[in-house]
Amino acid sequence: MSLDLFSQYIFAGITYGIIYAIVAIGFNIIYNTTGIINFAQGEFVMLGGMTAISFNHFIPLPMAIIAAVLFTMLIGALIEIVFIRWLESPSVLRMIIITIGLSIIIREIALHVWGDTVRALPYFTGNVVSSVTLLGASISPQVLWVLAVCSCIVVLLSLFFKFTPLGKEMQACAANRLAATLCGINAKNMVTFSFMLSAAIGAVAGCVVSPITSSQYDMGTGLAIKGFTVAVLGGLGNSMAAVAAGLLLGILEAFSIAVGFPLAFQDAISISILLIILFVRPHGLFGNKEAASLKEF
Amino acid sequence: MATKKITTIALLVTVVVIVQIGTQLTGTSYYLTQLTMTMYSCLLIIGLCLVMGYAGQISLGHAGFFAIGGYTSASLTTLNVLPSLESGSSCVHLLNSFGLLTASTSMYGDPLLRIHPWIAFVVAITLTALIAFALGIPVLKLKGHYLAMATLGFGIIIFRIVLAMAFFGEADGISDVPGFTLLPGLTVTGNIEERIVNYYIAAAVLISGFVLLLNLIDSRVGRALRAIHGAEDAADAMGINTARYKLYTFVLSAVFAAIAGVLLTHYTGGISPSDAGVMKSVRYVAIVAIGGMASLWGALAMGGVLNFLSLRGLFGSYDDAVFGAILIIIMLFAPEGVLRLSLWSTLKRFKVER
Amino acid sequence: MKSVFRNSLMTLAIVACSALAVTLFSGCSKMEKKKETIKVGAILAETGGASFLGGPEARTIRMMVDQINSAGGINGQQIELIVKDSAASPEKAVSFAKQLIEEDHVIAILGPSTSGESMQLKSICENAEVILLSCGAAEVIVNPVAKWVFKTPQTDSFAAQMIFKEMNNLGISKIAILAGNTGFGKAGREQLLKFAPQFNIEIIEDEVYDKQSTDLSAVVTKIKANADVQAVVNWSIVPAQAIVAKNMRQAGWDVPLFQSHGFGNVKYIEAAGEAAEGIIFPSGRLLAADVLADDAPQKAVLTKYIHDYETMYAGEKASTFGGHGFDAIMILAKAIENAGSSDKAKVRDAIENLTGFAGTGGIYNFSATDHNGLGIDAFSMMIVKDGKFVLYGK
Repeated sequence: MSLDLFSQYIFAGITYGIIYAIVAIGFNIIYNTTGIINFAQGEFVMLGGMTAISFNHFIPLPMAIIAAVLFTMLIGALIEIVFIRWLESPSVLRMIIITIGLSIIIREIALHVWGDTVRALPYFTGNVVSSVTLLGASISPQVLWVLAVCSCIVVLLSLFFKFTPLGKEMQACAANRLAATLCGINAKNMVTFSFMLSAAIGAVAGCVVSPITSSQYDMGTGLAIKGFTVAVLGGLGNSMAAVAAGLLLGILEAFSIAVGFPLAFQDAISISILLIILFVRPHGLFGNKEAASLKEF
Repeated sequence: MATKKITTIALLVTVVVIVQIGTQLTGTSYYLTQLTMTMYSCLLIIGLCLVMGYAGQISLGHAGFFAIGGYTSASLTTLNVLPSLESGSSCVHLLNSFGLLTASTSMYGDPLLRIHPWIAFVVAITLTALIAFALGIPVLKLKGHYLAMATLGFGIIIFRIVLAMAFFGEADGISDVPGFTLLPGLTVTGNIEERIVNYYIAAAVLISGFVLLLNLIDSRVGRALRAIHGAEDAADAMGINTARYKLYTFVLSAVFAAIAGVLLTHYTGGISPSDAGVMKSVRYVAIVAIGGMASLWGALAMGGVLNFLSLRGLFGSYDDAVFGAILIIIMLFAPEGVLRLSLWSTLKRFKVER
Repeated sequence: MKSVFRNSLMTLAIVACSALAVTLFSGCSKMEKKKETIKVGAILAETGGASFLGGPEARTIRMMVDQINSAGGINGQQIELIVKDSAASPEKAVSFAKQLIEEDHVIAILGPSTSGESMQLKSICENAEVILLSCGAAEVIVNPVAKWVFKTPQTDSFAAQMIFKEMNNLGISKIAILAGNTGFGKAGREQLLKFAPQFNIEIIEDEVYDKQSTDLSAVVTKIKANADVQAVVNWSIVPAQAIVAKNMRQAGWDVPLFQSHGFGNVKYIEAAGEAAEGIIFPSGRLLAADVLADDAPQKAVLTKYIHDYETMYAGEKASTFGGHGFDAIMILAKAIENAGSSDKAKVRDAIENLTGFAGTGGIYNFSATDHNGLGIDAFSMMIVKDGKFVLYGK
């Protein structure tokens, strides 16, 4: 395989992988503060893309994206306040079923609002046919946008959790909710924040990938499954591990095509590998056994 | 204990009979078609209820077991072995000499020679049990979200396999699956003439499965399972072989799903990849949850009502939306399952007031 | 004791539910018994994975039935349309088909939208002797012919032959094919593989991808690496059609891209933007209605349908998919009119004898051996130019 071809596959793989990773990070943020997996995470990505496209009819692209992110954050906050906040120590399974129900409803509402049309945001730079050559590979400038934006999200998030008071409070809740409450942190607000934060991240991802992948009302489920896979593969709750796992899965998928595995079996193969990893390391690639056993199902 | 069980089963049988006679009297026997389909789905759901509610293990892959059963049976019974008989395949000759092949003609008048559905059934169930066993050993060691992911992954793999292989009809699935002659004169088929018989076949299968599970949860096994659900480590310490009990219930419920798959496939005459889809598995889990997790009766009732309404297309284009709304409402206001909401709390209040 | 009470209560609840359901529904179905209506069922995927097909089909069929009824019906009889949303699930399609046949006693079922569902219903309708006018594209629906089963979309084997003919003209002999893992993609791929040798075309790359793929750059990279590929045929449904086009152009690859007749909706051009430029594909006349000669047989019907649809559903463009629904209901209506009765056996015979019927898909000439009724002349090759569909070679 020539170097050009190799880097072409690598870029394809990184593009897949980083999208998976962003969805997985959204899962992890909520998981860390509440211990639940929000199965409506894929819907945040869809909402971000779809609302940005609608806003873009009236306002310029950057404004539309900001508006879409704020709108999705609002939806995230609403979901938390209406459906989750007032529940007294809900069981995890109950929360899973509620978020599955929410994802179904958001999807159906989107179908009736936007119809089944496939839409897309315009390319941020250049247009659909422009390409740049990098390390011998021709790639769309939008791929660079995706990589840049997603890397920014990852860096900003880790700075946020390390250095801002709000981020530290959220981390405290994640570590020990009771202790955090005793220290005067409003744990319920932290949960709301975590929903808003992961909705915002989902929405940003939805906007930035929309020119490449197009947006459609039912894109959420597929993304949620891939994101969940990546989150588990990395070890739940660990966002850096999710990035690594996402890239690993994406590159694996790209090269499985390169070596000639039938594309139709691609998912079956990547998930078989995931299962084998889980059997050998039941807490994910980078997960910690002790940490995982503290968060009970 | 025993009389209680007999009374409730008798009630269930009465309901089945009353519904059939009722539809006959009102000239609405066509409901039986969808009721029959519903009952086969319920068989899967009560099996899943055993795993989730009593053994405490989530499975997001039960549509996969349904599909293994349905697809195995459908692909074997639609295989025309006439060419291989004529070309002299010894294996086919052997089957033929035991009378295990059935001759028929296709819709277009071509002669067919097919494997008897009983063979396909045995193969399908054995295969499912083996796969469930092999999968269960490593998977049931996982916990929580990791277990959910592993079973979900299994479901996706099965979905991808049936969607990608020409042998399973790819995206179109398998159609024109023949009826399943259980005994001479007793055939699982969608033919309108045999609608009432099929309704009773489905009811008999479902009630037998239900009784089996009721007995199981009242037995030593059931007590062990409840101990596992309550506190697995404690149960382990008490000398209960938790891994073995979990595995057995997992295999048993997979077999329930496969039986449902085989019979429903022969009843509707076809199966398609969407029957193996992730959303189907999610739907089954959700029905068990809103039925009240550890409540076979709740799973049966919710499975019956929701599947029946969905199959009738009562909500039109809003079918999924209504299902989602029901999920949220029940989980918000009646987390113990819909049947426990009014009955339990009324009963409790009743007792306190006295 | 308590649990006996509880269980009996539950059982009672079940009885009550089923009794309620039975009485409720039987009441409904009895109210509808008006003798003079013709009952027609439709099973379409208005939601779910094939809603881009079922949505326009359902809207078109509803619109046409309203038009027929407000014009006084057929032979003085009103059509009573019952639309069921299958969400592209064959299990539901089977359930609804039985419901429509046994309970509503429809004379015909329009749809389903997908080939997979159509194949499941083929034998059900055949056994129940009810007309099925499928909107699925796959040739197997009508080949072998089943007495009661018809279909309206153009046959994929003709689409494949049109593409290969054009390749012969362009001197292309080595191609790559891509197909989505849907019933449509599967059937198209089979036809491409079947007809390629007849046209001396060699298929040197052959990939099937997931219909929900969001990016196909890795696949494009793989087939691009094969320097012998002179053209690519992509046989899939939205949105992958746009994605293939985008990824090919982004990779700086400019071999001709052929798409299937499933490309027939202007919104796919929008989805692919500039990357859609130069895509060649076979299509019915619907997309070229405005460039047809005024005396062309389909001109009147196409212009009227497009005008009506776009007036009624503002903001939406008429598509060939809606056209499949249009043809299904109009063929049925014409056959009922010709038969002079709504007796299903007579109507079936009338469909089989229908010739020279101008629909949106082409001129239908049904016969006992051809239950699609369209010839290869139903297609013309189109190309995307300046964001619009135009006839190729003009």
